[in-house]
Amino acid sequence: MIGLHHYLILSAVIFAIGVIGVLIRRNLIVILMSIELMLNAVNLTFIAFSRYLGSTDGQVVVFFVMAVAAAEAVIGLAIIISVYRHRQSLDPQEMQLLKW
Amino acid sequence: MVETTQNLVNTDLLRWIPLIPLLGSVVNLFFGRALGKQGAGLLACAAVGTSFALVVFVFSQLPSTGIFRDLLYTWIHSGSFQANLSFQVDALTTVMLLVVTGIGFLIHIYSLGYMGDDDDMVRFFIYLNLFIFFMLLLVMGDNLLLLFVGWEGVGLCSYLLIGFWYHDHNNTIAGNKAFIVNRIGDLGFIIGIFVLVAELGRQGIWTLDFVELQKHVKMLQPGTITLITFLLFIGATGKSAQIPLFVWLPDAMAGPTPVSALIHAATMVTAGVYMTARLHFLFALAPATLALIAVIGTATAFFAATIALTQNDIKKVLAYSTVSQLGYMFLAVGMGAFGAAIFHVFTHAFFKACLFLGSGSVIHALGGEQDMRKMGGLKAYMPKTYWTYVVATLAIAGVPFTAGFFSKDLILWQTFSHGATLLWAVGLVTAGMTAFYMFRQLFMVFHGECRADAHAKAHIHESPAIMTLPLIILAVGSVFTGWLGAPEYLWGSRWDHWLEPIFGAQAHHGAVSSELLVTFVTLAVVAVGIYLAYLMFGKAGALAGQRIGSGVLYELSLNKYYVDDIYDFIFVRPFTAAAKFFAGIVDPWVIDGAVNGVAATARGFSTIWRGLQTGNVQHYAAMFLVGVLALLAYYLGQLS
Repeated sequence: MIGLHHYLILSAVIFAIGVIGVLIRRNLIVILMSIELMLNAVNLTFIAFSRYLGSTDGQVVVFFVMAVAAAEAVIGLAIIISVYRHRQSLDPQEMQLLKW
Repeated sequence: MVETTQNLVNTDLLRWIPLIPLLGSVVNLFFGRALGKQGAGLLACAAVGTSFALVVFVFSQLPSTGIFRDLLYTWIHSGSFQANLSFQVDALTTVMLLVVTGIGFLIHIYSLGYMGDDDDMVRFFIYLNLFIFFMLLLVMGDNLLLLFVGWEGVGLCSYLLIGFWYHDHNNTIAGNKAFIVNRIGDLGFIIGIFVLVAELGRQGIWTLDFVELQKHVKMLQPGTITLITFLLFIGATGKSAQIPLFVWLPDAMAGPTPVSALIHAATMVTAGVYMTARLHFLFALAPATLALIAVIGTATAFFAATIALTQNDIKKVLAYSTVSQLGYMFLAVGMGAFGAAIFHVFTHAFFKACLFLGSGSVIHALGGEQDMRKMGGLKAYMPKTYWTYVVATLAIAGVPFTAGFFSKDLILWQTFSHGATLLWAVGLVTAGMTAFYMFRQLFMVFHGECRADAHAKAHIHESPAIMTLPLIILAVGSVFTGWLGAPEYLWGSRWDHWLEPIFGAQAHHGAVSSELLVTFVTLAVVAVGIYLAYLMFGKAGALAGQRIGSGVLYELSLNKYYVDDIYDFIFVRPFTAAAKFFAGIVDPWVIDGAVNGVAATARGFSTIWRGLQTGNVQHYAAMFLVGVLALLAYYLGQLS
């Protein structure tokens, strides 16, 4: 029987993968994708709880998150394209000018 | 003390007396270069001359019981306290006004000749006019605060004029010395004013106006009055060069000679005497202070005279002589004989100005030489200077029927008749020494062989009329001004009569016979002094230009009792050492150390922590994660 726990564990695993991706990958597009992973992990949690509690509130929030994620993806990709045009690179390690 | 009612008259004329010299100074400041040296000089003379004419006019209008007042505006108004910018002229003021503007005018004219070769003549006249302005402010101010403004102003001008030839560093040092020594006195003065205001304010009287002060001063405790007068007298010792603050005046001779005549003989240095006379109602209530003043005055007169005996610089002799004569004035003040003190201020202004201008004429003729050992025999070369010098010397020595005779005798008689026999005796000896050192100077400079070197000798000449004319006028004044204050056994004193509304009637103690006796004793001592000077310096074949003696006393006198060295040792050196310590150790290490230490600490920490700021967004994101996990751990820990 697949219960709430299974969903939460899956969600946590996906979220952890997303976090690790953001922290260690060397490509901005992959980092953006990792962020999407984290968002969707959260969405999964919301849905699981919505189902478990028999309330639609969680599903409403998920719609919001999906809308925001769409917008974020658009802007993020636009920035990435712009950065690539300037620097011919997508490695965040090469973008360290903003420091002391 | 006799209370007299003085009728007060308002007039708009008074303000122009000080303002015209100020105007002259300002015009010369901005347009002096354009006017040229002669033009600027003439303008300055005209300004003081106009002032003098106004003073004479005011003097002719003023009844001796009257006060003229000219209120410009209220200067300070705070609570019940009020101080006006307002001028006041009464009998005492007119005396000072006549001296300041009259002798000031003559010295201005003299300076046209004396400073004619100086490239900086315009600046000289700017300072000189400014000085006259401040001196008039000092004399005419109707309250103590305005007097103090003038007091500080003349100090400033004195400093500027002593250091007039600033290319020579020694002159600048002399100027600094005068200024700093005066500051010490002024500190006492201003604290005295504060105490006066505070104590009168405690009685509900908020004023520094002289007329008001005189009405209310009796409300003060005797102890308070003693304290106030003592503090004010400290100010007077600074300005009027009394022990222990007299050391600046001899050094002040570094300035041009007309300055020595005007500021350091005739006017500014008498400001202390004027101040005590102006506040006579206060000082009269403080017998302890008066006693102190008398002792200080006598001591100053005596010690300065002993120093003057051996000095070889023509102006130094006159400087110590001035200190000595100022001592006489304070002796008179100490006896409560304010009229006599002011009388000596008046006569001294004439003969000492004449002497200084005469010495200036000599220095001018010898191309700047001031050492009397290199003079001599100048009588033949410059007869006008010589004869005026003789008259002034006779006057200061106190030869009968000259001004100094009347004024100095009056002081000695007042001292004697007050029963201060010891002070009188010291004053008497001082009179003898005065006669000696003045005639020593006269003989050394004008008689005997000319000891100037050949080059200087070729250029010796009588000064032009523009310089000798003031000398002649002053010489005439050196004789006849004294006649105003003749004793009762001659034709009586118009002087006492004129100042009576201010100081009250001078008490005449003792009989005429004893007064005559005292006079004859004085004359005998003076005669001895003159004769000794003649024996040692005047007689044919006398060793003119040689030392008057040898031994410890001579060395003491020649080196001014080492007072300068003692002050240097006690005050100046520790002070400069402390200053060096603070400049060399405390400032760079403690003060800067604290400031730089704070900066260095911040910098040190930042070098450690700035490593965190890599600029790499992924590092920042990792920090977020650490932070979130930490918070999470904390709150989860709280829950369980």
